[in-house]
Amino acid sequence: MGPKGIDNSRRKFIRNTALAAGGALTAFLTQPAKALVIAAGKPADPGTPWYGIGIDIDKCIGCGRCARACKIENDVPDEPFYFRSWVEQYTIKNDGEVVIEAPNGGVGGFTQSVPDEEIFKSFFVPKMCNQCYKSPCEQVCPVGATYLSPEGAVLVDKDHCIGCRYCIQACPYGCRYIHPEKKVVDKCNLCYHRITKGMQPACFEVCPTGARIFGDLNDREGELVAFIREHNCQVLKPHLNTGSKLFYNSLSSEVK
Amino acid sequence: MKIYIPPQVTRLLLFLVLFIAIFTVIKRLLTPENFGELGHYRPGSLADNAAYEPNYAGDETCIMCHPDVFESKGMDLHGDISCETCHDAGFRHSESMDATDIHIPAGREFCGICHSQNAGRSANYVFQVDLKGHNTGKNCTDCHNPHQPWDLKE
Amino acid sequence: MEPHPEHLYAILSKVDGFIYPNDIDLHWGILIVMYPYITGLVAGAFILASLERVFKVNVLKPTYELALLTALSFLLVATLPLISHLSQPLRAYEIMITPNFTSAMAIFGFVYLWYLMAVLLLELWFDYRKYMVIWARESKGLKRLIYLIFSLGVNDLSPRALAWDKKLGYFITVVGIPSAFLLHGYVGFIFGSIKANPWWSTVLMPVIFLFSAMVSGIALVMIIYMVVSYIRKQPIDMKCLDTIARYLFFMLILDFSLESLDQIQRIYEAEESFEILHLLVNGKLTLTLFIFQGLLGTLIPLGALGVLQLYKPKEKIRKFIYLTCGMLVLFGIFFMRWNVVIGGQLFSKSLAGFTSFKLELIGSEGLLMSLVWLVLPLLILSVFLWLFPPWKLEADEM
Repeated sequence: MGPKGIDNSRRKFIRNTALAAGGALTAFLTQPAKALVIAAGKPADPGTPWYGIGIDIDKCIGCGRCARACKIENDVPDEPFYFRSWVEQYTIKNDGEVVIEAPNGGVGGFTQSVPDEEIFKSFFVPKMCNQCYKSPCEQVCPVGATYLSPEGAVLVDKDHCIGCRYCIQACPYGCRYIHPEKKVVDKCNLCYHRITKGMQPACFEVCPTGARIFGDLNDREGELVAFIREHNCQVLKPHLNTGSKLFYNSLSSEVK
Repeated sequence: MKIYIPPQVTRLLLFLVLFIAIFTVIKRLLTPENFGELGHYRPGSLADNAAYEPNYAGDETCIMCHPDVFESKGMDLHGDISCETCHDAGFRHSESMDATDIHIPAGREFCGICHSQNAGRSANYVFQVDLKGHNTGKNCTDCHNPHQPWDLKE
Repeated sequence: MEPHPEHLYAILSKVDGFIYPNDIDLHWGILIVMYPYITGLVAGAFILASLERVFKVNVLKPTYELALLTALSFLLVATLPLISHLSQPLRAYEIMITPNFTSAMAIFGFVYLWYLMAVLLLELWFDYRKYMVIWARESKGLKRLIYLIFSLGVNDLSPRALAWDKKLGYFITVVGIPSAFLLHGYVGFIFGSIKANPWWSTVLMPVIFLFSAMVSGIALVMIIYMVVSYIRKQPIDMKCLDTIARYLFFMLILDFSLESLDQIQRIYEAEESFEILHLLVNGKLTLTLFIFQGLLGTLIPLGALGVLQLYKPKEKIRKFIYLTCGMLVLFGIFFMRWNVVIGGQLFSKSLAGFTSFKLELIGSEGLLMSLVWLVLPLLILSVFLWLFPPWKLEADEM
């Protein structure tokens, strides 16, 4: 009982409970170390790399050399229909209209189609397989012809694929197609034949501005983790919970 | 006490057992080797995916025969750009050492792929030129050394 | 769709808006419209037949075996459009050998086999066994051989064995009803579970598929009963036909309500995909959705059958209306599948553009091939009706 005889034991109780609850909540929220791991998914056993991709939209100049290199490296037919990797240009006009173009997937570069005075802003967005670790494509393949490799690359077993195209329907990013000659599903496989020899995928190799960063999400000192730490990164269509490992810097809301 | 089992049931059960047996045998025969070891896929496919020969050789390969070009490139703004960005895949040329096996770009349009004016390009990352106004009719390489672009030829 | 570059260049010139470059080709064409249509007919015909057996709706007896034989004829053909659509059809067996159980499509092989063997074939076997044994004794040559083989050598015709035929047949029918739901429901789930495609991704998809399947199955049985009776120059049991038409009417109301609910919810919520879907429905799907599926396939039959519930004209007029409504319903349900499968691929996953679809006439994915898949079951059914005539049973069972 206080000096005036007011019973403040209830107040004390409420205060103590609030402090305890607030403390628990704060402790729960401030677990930063886990955040990157949760965002990037379950890392494989520490000896194996867990590959991810970073793309800096600020640095992309829309030269399309990445899309071209991908086709040359991986025997993708040169026609404007099959792309493992491509580049899109977004032009937001002053009246709010958004013009999106990907002429031949960006192979051969871009010509500006909207006059300068109508442009509010414009930027280029390279696209490729997001190498999702919760990939819907793997989930829906009826025979186990597409899978996540131990290093985190989503690969296709071309000797096992039956060509039902369910994975093509399930990919939210439009990364897959039927190879016209092999007659099975084809997609960006992170140049698996290069990364297993210690090389970078072809598109990362030829990017002139360093807009594409390839790396190991397990490697805390590595370039990719530094990129994610230093920039505000986003993935495409996060509401679909695909576990995409392709992190974009400066991803604007107009990007499809 | 003899339990009556309908003749239909016995006959059908027989067929069921036969069916399961045949299916199991066929499944064993047709399942690819080691399927399911690492995940629901054929582990041999990892090696299949890794088995291709790279077409892009990387700068370390180019420098072996062209150290002078590499050095000159390193002195200017194109220094960080890989040789194969402009010259396309170099693996075949590095094996055959034949000049026809490597692409040598030419023409204004080629340099314009990166350097033409475009509102989507940031001037922070690439120098842009109005191709329709700047020295029309000439090749870029008439004045600019492609490996050392600010080393002007006039 | 096999990507023939010339055909794709033509489509490229007709692209509207922005599509992801790989979205140009429609991967699931008319063959994938055929498959749910056929399994829908199977499931619908079977459930109608089951009503007679399990819920003792005796007025439907004349169509009972006919419905089962129809279901079997269509089920035997069901896999063929699927296998011929694969770009590696010779590897189709893999779906049974290394099925990936997180995929709804992998269940196909097992559900199909289960339904074919453990439900349809068994049920027909229990119904026909006695007759096959008797007919084997009465016929000669090929027919005799067929009856002997299909009776599986169980020649016991004692009352006890025959009673067991009935008991086991009943049990299989009861098991068969959820199996039929699974056979067609999983097809709806294949579409409904694709979160990447907002036209397909809805919880209601398996339910809508099922109810439209029942509508199409009932309409099919109704038409086949009328046609077979006409060919055999036998009078149609009008009480039976009127009951089937009444079931069709109520099922059509349910189906229409479900589909409308799906669209109303989509329009009301108007989430991200709404703009492109609105353009889709009012542009490329106007003819097939509003006219074919909606007006011709649903509203006109609903109106006509509805009027018939209140006012019963002469038998001849009723038969004509039933036949026309049945055909309209079958037409409309085909386009329901079309609107789901083709409609869902006409817009890109970018939600910002459209590609276009050209239906080939010839070729493995062509219209003519699809018609073969529809006509073939009818040919198979005629063989079944010759070998296992249902009317010979009815005389006894009634």
